[in-house]
Amino acid sequence: MNRSTFPHRLLPWLLIAPQLAISLVFFYWPAVQALWQSMLREDPFGLKSRFVGLQNFQKVLAEPAYINSIQVTAVFSILTAFFSMAIALLLAVQAEKIVRGRGFYRTLMIWPYAVAPAIAGMLWLFMFNPSFGTLAAIPRALGIHWDPLLNGTQAMGLVVAAASWKQISYNFLFFVAGLQAIPKSLLEASAIDGAGPVRRFWTIVFPLLAPTSFFLLVVNTVYALFDTFGIIHAVTSGGPGKSTETLVYKVYNDGFVNLLIGSSAAQSVILMVIVIALTAFQFRYVERKVHYG
Amino acid sequence: MATLSLKDVRKTYGKTDVIHGVSIDIADGEFVVIVGPSGCGKSTLLRMVAGLEEITSGTIEIGGRVVNTLEPRARDIAMVFQNYALYPHMSVFDNMAYGLRIAGVRGDDLKARVAKAAEMLDLSTLLDRKPRQLSGGQRQRVAMGRALVRDPAAFLFDEPLSNLDAKLRVSMRLQIKDLQRRVATTSLYVTHDQVEAMTLADRLIVMNKGVAEQIATPMEIYDAPANMFVAGFIGSPAMNFLPATVTGSDLLISDGSRMPRPAGLQDGGVILGVRPEHLTRSRSAGPGTLTVRVLAVETLGADAFVHARLGESGSEDIVFRVPGHDRPAEGTVVSLAVDQDKVHIFDAATQRRISGM
Repeated sequence: MNRSTFPHRLLPWLLIAPQLAISLVFFYWPAVQALWQSMLREDPFGLKSRFVGLQNFQKVLAEPAYINSIQVTAVFSILTAFFSMAIALLLAVQAEKIVRGRGFYRTLMIWPYAVAPAIAGMLWLFMFNPSFGTLAAIPRALGIHWDPLLNGTQAMGLVVAAASWKQISYNFLFFVAGLQAIPKSLLEASAIDGAGPVRRFWTIVFPLLAPTSFFLLVVNTVYALFDTFGIIHAVTSGGPGKSTETLVYKVYNDGFVNLLIGSSAAQSVILMVIVIALTAFQFRYVERKVHYG
Repeated sequence: MATLSLKDVRKTYGKTDVIHGVSIDIADGEFVVIVGPSGCGKSTLLRMVAGLEEITSGTIEIGGRVVNTLEPRARDIAMVFQNYALYPHMSVFDNMAYGLRIAGVRGDDLKARVAKAAEMLDLSTLLDRKPRQLSGGQRQRVAMGRALVRDPAAFLFDEPLSNLDAKLRVSMRLQIKDLQRRVATTSLYVTHDQVEAMTLADRLIVMNKGVAEQIATPMEIYDAPANMFVAGFIGSPAMNFLPATVTGSDLLISDGSRMPRPAGLQDGGVILGVRPEHLTRSRSAGPGTLTVRVLAVETLGADAFVHARLGESGSEDIVFRVPGHDRPAEGTVVSLAVDQDKVHIFDAATQRRISGM
């Protein structure tokens, strides 16, 4: 084997040290801390702590509110990932058809991504506020009793809409790139073979976008699980009645509001395991169906 | 199977004309090749027939039906693309069955038709493979199969062989010709390769800058090119062009050599065109011969092409063909007899053919 040699045995370690340091300090250390804390019982002031083994986990998993949170998370994540990807794909396909001003449209489409989650949440909260929201007038005009502050389903709808809206830009960008990578001649061949636009999309475009879609599926799942904290915090604070309290929000709520440090740590460990399992599942089973060019 | 007819077909992008009025009637089962240098508009013309480009004016008829505004799928055509355009996520079978399935063919009928086309193209053992598992030649055959299986009114080929290596190109050329004879489907074939054009075509359309310079059979084009562009484009190596003057009883070449005056010419400047194969070495110099100094010899085996310069101090380059075993040495001066029956005379100003053969 041809090994590259360094003049110094220490140099290679020095060269990777910055990256290692960042990973250790910001990823592994907190993860280990969480794991350790999840097995401690601590008083709210942090004055004394006691090792309790897996008691925190047992408690958390027996808690009805936690099971509710898992269900809320599943509904929220699936809806958010689905809508943000479906709408982004629709917009990307439509933007491809524009001849003049395509760049302009694309630029506009990217802007929502630059809006901070908390601000995006506030925007949606204001727009759909039952008493003064501009857009709240629309459901009311349709005869719907609109009140996301009291109605859990409507609250869920609102956070899903806000979270999807924010992620559409990101997905849009990737879908546009994915669409551009599909050779035009394939679509022409399919048109000559007799396929109309809809059939062309489902038989050629959609399968060839699979690598992009799969990547976005993984990214969007992680987004919905973790990065939507700000939106939920701003729009509903997990309410009404825990109907929008996702796992990540419950970690925050139990740890920093209710000061149940041990329980919160146990929850974040479980969340970590869920994400690892989910990602592994996606790579193991979904990716098989993906055709890479 | 159907006739294909173009009537004064034009294409304009903004103010730029890319196709200047092409007209041709293609008989049922005829193989017509559009040939020309890159950028001459040949692919655009084909794509207009396919319905992938809009027609600015004129009419295109397939099987007697005007298809100007019809979608590609309504035109009953099949096309073979330069990069094959195989669907990468589908097997060879699915690629070939794609059009049939859309047309509503199902079950055993579908299988039988794909199997028949696969057999004609020797693809029967490859039906389960994906395109990326195939060689270039196999992909090309699948692309052919996809066109063949649908039994369309016309085949359109857009430089289908240009991504293959030289040897494969020759065998595929024969295969395409043979296949087209057997199924007798009207075909329009675009290429920039004049050998491909000559060998495949029943009739040729030689295009240059959006103009169909000449439409005729390969031999008519070789024997009587309509102008200097066609004369220079068809034939390899290209025809030699020598400026000359018609005066008295002679045709005076720029280096001072004299040829007999062809009949029916007025006095004045013309261009004399001689193909490399119509120049032979002669023992004696004199009227009807050219004296050249040999610059370089390209040996091909059976033949050799000799690049030479006209006259003692001339500036005209000339190429002629000699048998492979009888090559002149570089730097020597040789005399060449010009086959007077096979010279071409072009107008110096319009570049059009005036006379010859």
